[in-house]
Amino acid sequence: MISTYLHDLAFAVFPYVAGTVFLVGSLIRFEKSQYTWKSNTTQLMSGGRRFRWGINLFHVGIIFLFFGHLLGLLTPHAVYHAVGLTAGAKQVVAIVTGGAFGLVTLVGVVILLHRRLTDPRVRKTSYPMDSFILFLLTAQLVTGLFTIPASMGHLDGSTMLQITAWAQGLVTFQTGAAATIYDIHWIYKLHMFLGMVMFLVFPFTRLVHIWSVPYSYIWRAYQVVRMRAV
Amino acid sequence: MKVRAQIGKVLNLDKCIGCHTCSVTCKNVWTSREGMEYAWFNNVETKPGVGYPKDWENQDRWNGGWTVKNGHLQPKAGGKWRILANIFANPDLPSIDDYYEPFNYDYQRLQNAPDSKHQPVAKPFSALTGRPMDKIEWGPNWEEILGGEFAKRSQDYNFQNVQKEIYGQFENTFMMYLPRLCEHCLNPTCVASCPSGAIYKREEDGIVLIDQDKCRGWRMCISGCPYKKIYYNWQSGKSEKCTFCFPRIEVGEPTVCSETCVGRIRYLGVILYDADRIQEAASAPSEQDLYEQQMRVFLDPHDPEVIAAAKAEGIPQQWIEAAQRSPVYKMAMDWKVAFPLHPEYRTLPMVWYVPPLSPIQSAADAGNMDNEGLIPDVASLRIPVKYLANMLTAGDERPVIRALERMLAMRKFKRSQTVDGAPDYDVLEQVGLSEAMVEDMYQIMAIANYEDRFDIPTNSKELSHEDPYGERAGCGFSFGDGCNVSSNGRTKTDIFGGRRASQRAFPARVEFKKGQSEKEGA
Repeated sequence: MISTYLHDLAFAVFPYVAGTVFLVGSLIRFEKSQYTWKSNTTQLMSGGRRFRWGINLFHVGIIFLFFGHLLGLLTPHAVYHAVGLTAGAKQVVAIVTGGAFGLVTLVGVVILLHRRLTDPRVRKTSYPMDSFILFLLTAQLVTGLFTIPASMGHLDGSTMLQITAWAQGLVTFQTGAAATIYDIHWIYKLHMFLGMVMFLVFPFTRLVHIWSVPYSYIWRAYQVVRMRAV
Repeated sequence: MKVRAQIGKVLNLDKCIGCHTCSVTCKNVWTSREGMEYAWFNNVETKPGVGYPKDWENQDRWNGGWTVKNGHLQPKAGGKWRILANIFANPDLPSIDDYYEPFNYDYQRLQNAPDSKHQPVAKPFSALTGRPMDKIEWGPNWEEILGGEFAKRSQDYNFQNVQKEIYGQFENTFMMYLPRLCEHCLNPTCVASCPSGAIYKREEDGIVLIDQDKCRGWRMCISGCPYKKIYYNWQSGKSEKCTFCFPRIEVGEPTVCSETCVGRIRYLGVILYDADRIQEAASAPSEQDLYEQQMRVFLDPHDPEVIAAAKAEGIPQQWIEAAQRSPVYKMAMDWKVAFPLHPEYRTLPMVWYVPPLSPIQSAADAGNMDNEGLIPDVASLRIPVKYLANMLTAGDERPVIRALERMLAMRKFKRSQTVDGAPDYDVLEQVGLSEAMVEDMYQIMAIANYEDRFDIPTNSKELSHEDPYGERAGCGFSFGDGCNVSSNGRTKTDIFGGRRASQRAFPARVEFKKGQSEKEGA
């Protein structure tokens, strides 16, 4: 009884709390405190080979993982059927690519965490939140990678379908979405919970720089001239 | 023709005494804050030397400025896709050690030290880590008055095609000062390489500024600027740069560095330019053409056509009149004694320099130099003309020689006029100056009265349709966070990541190891 209650709290209520804080918090911070909206790079303090390897591996990996999760979780399964991909095949694709990029990202984040904790300049000029977010990402990657052995046990894609049903149920505001994942392995649940924690803390960390991907630079003119306010 | 106006600047290196008053007053006004300890919006370098940050002129290393690739102008660091691809780790970013590790001294030690046989000393400690520093390895002006060995200073980029070994010898050595600040370029690479579009040039006065709210800390501007005049504030995570003291300029006052210059070397005045010609000028195939090309971008403020076009663009009458009186225009265009710093970077810089003459003159006085006609032959002088040309005209010696000769001729003429009592008109003819021009040059460059150096029209706020009444009692200059700023320029804490103001004060707390201080005290 208690466990059902906690499960619903974590996977029916908490996602909306985290999602609301993520969206509304980001908006408020952007509106009220844009001066704090930044990537907060420490390359100036220590930008050697360790930094370059760590940061590039991390970013390339995490961008792939982000879009992999986004597409994998939210694309309706009918679309995969239409292109002839069975649930089992999709799961194998997810395991292989997710595992590979997960390892890349993990190597990157461990390098960055090591740098943040051992480089005296970086350490002294960091906010506690900068280290916290690296720990959180590391934990998230480790739990994500540990879902692979669990997934290897059932390659038919059934658990994956449960999780995608949950995610799609959440974003389409279906009550009872949480019930679809009641019996999945706890490692998935831990990974999902940490993922939602990430959304929860997002507006309070440097992660907000993700919102600011400067894609418009590509079609902007090189020079920017601000006219007198008229 | 698209006429725009800019407050341009000229620094007369001939009169710079290297006192650093400009740097210090600028520092006190703008960068005496946590995160900006290492940053000097204005600094003075002793040349020859590698400068600050080290080796900044070597664009093969930093990839600053522009390059022409297949006839197209693009940042030397690469096109837009390349810049975005490097956004996680900018491969051209200087490290803090290329500037210097900012430090302070533990002055409290002088008060607190226990009884000891030896005088207590104020040890240096890092402003970054708060840790004691055994040895200060580099500083903002490490090469002051040719400090350090010549082998290191000779890495100076401007020694290209100069037989530098000769200038390492005691009897042939030379030096000059080079005060540097943001060039407020017509074609700035910092603006072009900012992925966020946070850096912009102001239409009304040409000042290049960083929107602190829009800056995301992608740090492409820092390497993009070939003059390395954008600095990353490690406390705020934003880039900052010389503001050309815009709050002062707007009310018609000179920048702080210009105002406080004891050598009276700095000039401020309006330049009218044709924005439509910028692209073409900056794309000139030969680097040595860029100086001439930039002069073609400037417009003659007396030309009725230019005046009409300027008025059509909404440039106030007051600004057009200031452009006609502009000391900057006179030095750059009428007398041709001022030059852009490193025009080969293709940024069309708007802070120009009059090359230094004094070492030439002192050598001439010593009588060990050839005379070419009536004035000394500048080509055989103490500061190699090639060195100056590498700095000011991408290596083209002719314009530099002409400028030096004109300055020598001015001295010769005024000496003949005031000492000998018989004005020597031949010398003027030799360098192509009229008596009226020389008298004006003398008034502006030699006497250099305050009102002759600075001719700054006020920023016509009434033309921007903002509500000036609504702006009263505003917070004025702020750090992009409204009025919510403490005295040291740091944003006060909020739930979104601002640090508590009390958490870390500057100077940072010194953490000497216990053993260390005991040993010293004993």
